[in-house]
Amino acid sequence: MTGTSPAVVAASKLGLTFQTNDGPVQALSNVDLTIGKGEFVSFIGPSGCGKTTLLRVIADLEKPTSGTISVNGMTAEQAREKRAYGYVFQAAALFPWRTIERNVGLPLEIMGLSKAEQAQRIKRTLDLVNLRGFEKKYPWQLSGGMQQRASIARALAFDADLLLMDEPFGALDEIVRDHLNEQLLELWGRTNKTICFVTHSIPEAVYLSTRIVVMSPRPGRVSDIIESTLPKQRPLDIRETPEFLAIAARVRDGLRAGHSYDD
Amino acid sequence: MKAPMYSWQASLAFLLVIFPIVVFVTNVGVPGLAWPYSGFSGGLAIALVTLPAWFSGRLLKLWEAALCFVCAHGAAVLLLGGIRGHEGTAGPGYYLVLASAWLLAWRCVAILSEQRPLSRLASTALRLIIPAIFGAWILIIWEAVTRGAGIPFILLPPPSAIGARIASSLPVLGADVRQTIFKAVIFGYVVGSGTGFLVAIAADRVPFLRRGLLPIGNMVSALPIIGVAPIMVMWFGFDWQSKAAVVIIMTFFPMLVNTVAGLAASGHMERDLMRTYASGYWQTLLKLRLPAAAPFIFNALKINSTLALIGAIVAEFFGTPVVGMGFRISTEVGRMNIDMVWAEIAVAALAGSVFYGVVALVERAVTFWHPSVRGG
Repeated sequence: MTGTSPAVVAASKLGLTFQTNDGPVQALSNVDLTIGKGEFVSFIGPSGCGKTTLLRVIADLEKPTSGTISVNGMTAEQAREKRAYGYVFQAAALFPWRTIERNVGLPLEIMGLSKAEQAQRIKRTLDLVNLRGFEKKYPWQLSGGMQQRASIARALAFDADLLLMDEPFGALDEIVRDHLNEQLLELWGRTNKTICFVTHSIPEAVYLSTRIVVMSPRPGRVSDIIESTLPKQRPLDIRETPEFLAIAARVRDGLRAGHSYDD
Repeated sequence: MKAPMYSWQASLAFLLVIFPIVVFVTNVGVPGLAWPYSGFSGGLAIALVTLPAWFSGRLLKLWEAALCFVCAHGAAVLLLGGIRGHEGTAGPGYYLVLASAWLLAWRCVAILSEQRPLSRLASTALRLIIPAIFGAWILIIWEAVTRGAGIPFILLPPPSAIGARIASSLPVLGADVRQTIFKAVIFGYVVGSGTGFLVAIAADRVPFLRRGLLPIGNMVSALPIIGVAPIMVMWFGFDWQSKAAVVIIMTFFPMLVNTVAGLAASGHMERDLMRTYASGYWQTLLKLRLPAAAPFIFNALKINSTLALIGAIVAEFFGTPVVGMGFRISTEVGRMNIDMVWAEIAVAALAGSVFYGVVALVERAVTFWHPSVRGG
């Protein structure tokens, strides 16, 4: 862990209880976590473990009911209002009435940037995700993988240092997913952003992350945090090395331990 | 070595025409017989329907369609000419020839409907030709039956008489359209739909309006127009303003309900996305929720286009200056001028279709992105 760098995300004793018709549901309980600048942190766990909820709390899309969270040294709400992060959802969520370039330009429009500034940033981010030439297309004219790349471009467009990704490649097939994983790593290496990445795929988590946060359900909590010993440069075939497999085994053990009291 | 492929329409047309052929051939030269046995035009009509019925299976599809088209319509023209001046005298031969001609036209439309044209021009032409033939035959059968059976003018005038009435009353019809559509309908439609839209946004923004106003709006939609119209005449006078008021009441609610539903139509993910951009209420409304609501709003605009016309015409039954489509219908019915009533109905139908069509075209242009428009 890059312990000396300032914390981008710091959570302590974080808890969130949803009030539902079937009584209260503890989605997060007692989460302590510090994420430093430039880290790539994956959250992995079975469904219901609160990994998406945790990401939404960081993004101020949910309010915690106990504990504290700070993002870039501010409260989560202040950070959201300062547009401190870009968020990538499970689906591309592009607006079908806007072309790709106008979708990518959406946050820039809302921030009120000048047309020239918008055009320049749109061009730069579309280059970053290899979507040059598709500026004038509508989302429904693109494949699922390209749509998700456009949504990543949209999250990158306003240059936030923090990127929150909620199973962004979950709906894509494995070939496209491998390709996008590679591109994401390359992008991370080039931009030095901090990335929080929710996934339910062990190989994906191990391949991408500098740190893997293993979570378990009922109540949603962090059951293990695993530091990756893999180098920053990771070709796809690193996934066959013993080092990679050892980390994957540790993650699997962590997941099983979190589950052990379950029937 | 290909056996002819007979369609059931052509075969049935041929069977139907056997009887007229036999009667015609056995009575050549006998004076005083009713059409189609009376002379050259009847014989030609019989020959015209026999020809494609006989040949249809042996031709290329498109030639068959063309032959059916020409012969069916030729026979129809001869048939309508033959009955003129002899209304109410038609015998079985007349209806048999009519039925076979109609079957051949059916065959023609059936072939055209199967075509999958490659060029845009041809497909546009087909989209127009098929309903045109279809509509023409509704008129032909209407005309042939009313004249052939001598149906009293009061019950159902033939379309040709309605057409003649339209042609001879253009100034009156024009004045009525100006009064009813260009004043009452357009004004009421714009104001009614506009307020429905604005109130929907207000109700979305202000919770107490949503809780309090929407149920009341439900009640307004249930108001019987027949009861409201005379009250509006009391309030706003005899001229078009009272009719516009009725139209406003009728169009307000569909727009309100649809816009409220439309504003709820944008997905959670999209709204969360706008939240991550710290987008304000109005920006989210303009950039996400209104575009997502557009299909609903256009639905209301289409519903309202026909409601507005009905409302204005019915409202005119309850007092109006001596002009207007509803006024004309109510007075001409009293004077037994049924053809004028039909003329107004035809004009109202045409105006309503044009109104609806224009709204639908704008809808296609604005919601081009919606799966129902882009097709997939």
